[in-house]
Amino acid sequence: MNIAVCIKQTPDTAIRVKVADDGKSIVQDGIQWVINPYDEFAVEEALQLTEKHGGEVTIVSLGPAGIEKTIREALAMGAHKAIRIDADHIPDDPSVTAKALVEVLKNGNYDLIFLGRQAVDDDHHQMASLVSQALGLPCVTVVVKLEIDGGKGTALREVEGGYEKVAFALPAVIGANRHLNTPRYRSLKGIMQAKKKTIEVLPATLAAPKLVVEKLTPPPAKKEGKIFKNGAADAAEVARLLRDEAKVI
Amino acid sequence: MKPFESPDYFNMDELLSDEEKMIRSAVREWVGENVMPVIEKAYLDAVFPRDLIPQMGELGLFGPNLPEKYGCAGTNNVAYGIMMQELERADSGVRSFASVQGSLVMYPIYAYGTEKQRQHWLPKLASGEKIGCFGLTEPDHGSDPGGMKTTAVKDGNSYILNGAKMWITNGTLADVAVVWAKLDGTVRGFLVEKGTPGFSAPEMHNKHSLRASVTSELILQDCRIPAENLLPESGGLKSPLGCLTQARYGIAWGVMGAAMACYDEALNYAKTRIQFDKPIASFQLVQQKLVYMVTEITKMQLLSLQLGRLKDQKKFKFTHVSMAKRNNVFQALEIARLARDILGANGITAEYQSMRHMCNLETVKTYEGTHDIHTLIIGADITGIPAYS
Repeated sequence: MNIAVCIKQTPDTAIRVKVADDGKSIVQDGIQWVINPYDEFAVEEALQLTEKHGGEVTIVSLGPAGIEKTIREALAMGAHKAIRIDADHIPDDPSVTAKALVEVLKNGNYDLIFLGRQAVDDDHHQMASLVSQALGLPCVTVVVKLEIDGGKGTALREVEGGYEKVAFALPAVIGANRHLNTPRYRSLKGIMQAKKKTIEVLPATLAAPKLVVEKLTPPPAKKEGKIFKNGAADAAEVARLLRDEAKVI
Repeated sequence: MKPFESPDYFNMDELLSDEEKMIRSAVREWVGENVMPVIEKAYLDAVFPRDLIPQMGELGLFGPNLPEKYGCAGTNNVAYGIMMQELERADSGVRSFASVQGSLVMYPIYAYGTEKQRQHWLPKLASGEKIGCFGLTEPDHGSDPGGMKTTAVKDGNSYILNGAKMWITNGTLADVAVVWAKLDGTVRGFLVEKGTPGFSAPEMHNKHSLRASVTSELILQDCRIPAENLLPESGGLKSPLGCLTQARYGIAWGVMGAAMACYDEALNYAKTRIQFDKPIASFQLVQQKLVYMVTEITKMQLLSLQLGRLKDQKKFKFTHVSMAKRNNVFQALEIARLARDILGANGITAEYQSMRHMCNLETVKTYEGTHDIHTLIIGADITGIPAYS
């Protein structure tokens, strides 16, 4: 199987981001960059498929040279090669990214194109749909279980309150969700081999964005908690506040 | 839970390559998710968590600095050290397992073995399919291994080994023991396989330290092994000491992990523990201890990194390793004691890890060349006068 996995570099979710002075971007200093966690499920699924059916996994990512460190993380997991679509920044407008990805993906003759269901930084949740639309391929997102048999696939997707099972023909675009698999640890051997794998750099002409970020605001500061000091004697009051004030019961 | 972050007071990360940092985060992630949740109980129960062995093999934590053709990762020595640091952040016993397997079993087979021995053993040891141990120390010969009593006698196509070894990490678990014995008066290395008649490896119990690690005796009574199990390139005490230099290198890095874990625990505790209506971190005496800890960790980091770079450039000497092992273990132990002190009574419980590290480090101070022996090695080097001969 010939599989492409599109990944995005995002800040580590364990890190608290700060809004920069321009009010539109985040402070980059001290940020630990990682593969978007949903994309890790995508990489893992692609690797498992090629381990089972043979073939190759190509990582595709858009951004400046700095993202190659994150691309290497995916190569360390076992992906075979990578393409970096060179751009001086990662666009804020998903449609701009999608167009640039499609320019590369359309030439790859891929059986499957994986992405994460969304990126955890801007949460647009659009890339799988945009890419599949432009390529004219079926799109299955929020996938938690995937089976491929010959030229056909079935997928279980998470929907509100349950699951939906869908069938589709290859080639197709898959948006991976958590629980699709357990991404493997990078092994020391994998990390050493990643160094030797090729990252092909292709030029990109980014379209003019139709969407611009005007302002970033941090979430409101958490209100101070209430402390009840009288043990069981406060139970009725706690229950009342949970109902009337917090409205959780 | 927030992932562990190692102190980096002097921006040491700038001195590491992307690859070295990637190895650190890979091992750290695995340790955080797989070792930290089980290690305290393993220590209290005095068992080595054997489930970790195949995972460690898969991650490539055994002999990663040996060549790829033997199933190893082929990292540089700094990356090897960083891996040891991350393992010992969890427990010295887990790091010891990897030290023995990589530096004391795989290394001598690689350095002194035949190509056939390498091909046979190294891939299996790298994957963790086979476990090894290293038998040098004897009940009556610790710091003076040259006085060893264990002998090998050639008999036709065999060697017959007699003697006893003590304080052998992984002995009872091991499929193969690298045993050092005198053949015609010269120390040579032999591979003794589990199950060989005349060979047994009973576990030693009732330890107050390194409880999550198996420590054994090796008993050899007319133990007959095939002549091809000799490590042909071994010869003289310098051969086992060459292995120890490798292992001590890993220890110098490893103990930083224990020290970092203790510092991290003590710092967080001091900031949140309220006495006299304020965090104990606001008291000068506590700050003094924390500053001592972070300063010594920073010095250890610089010492270890330069040691690693020298090793990678093939410029390092065993005396460099002695200084790093001696200093870093001593300071890690001081840091663990100070952390336990800051934690007060809570520090003696298994809710916290500092006392476990402290007890482990008492062993680490003694094994692989005691603190005092390393003092004398450096003393002999700088004065030209050996104090121990």
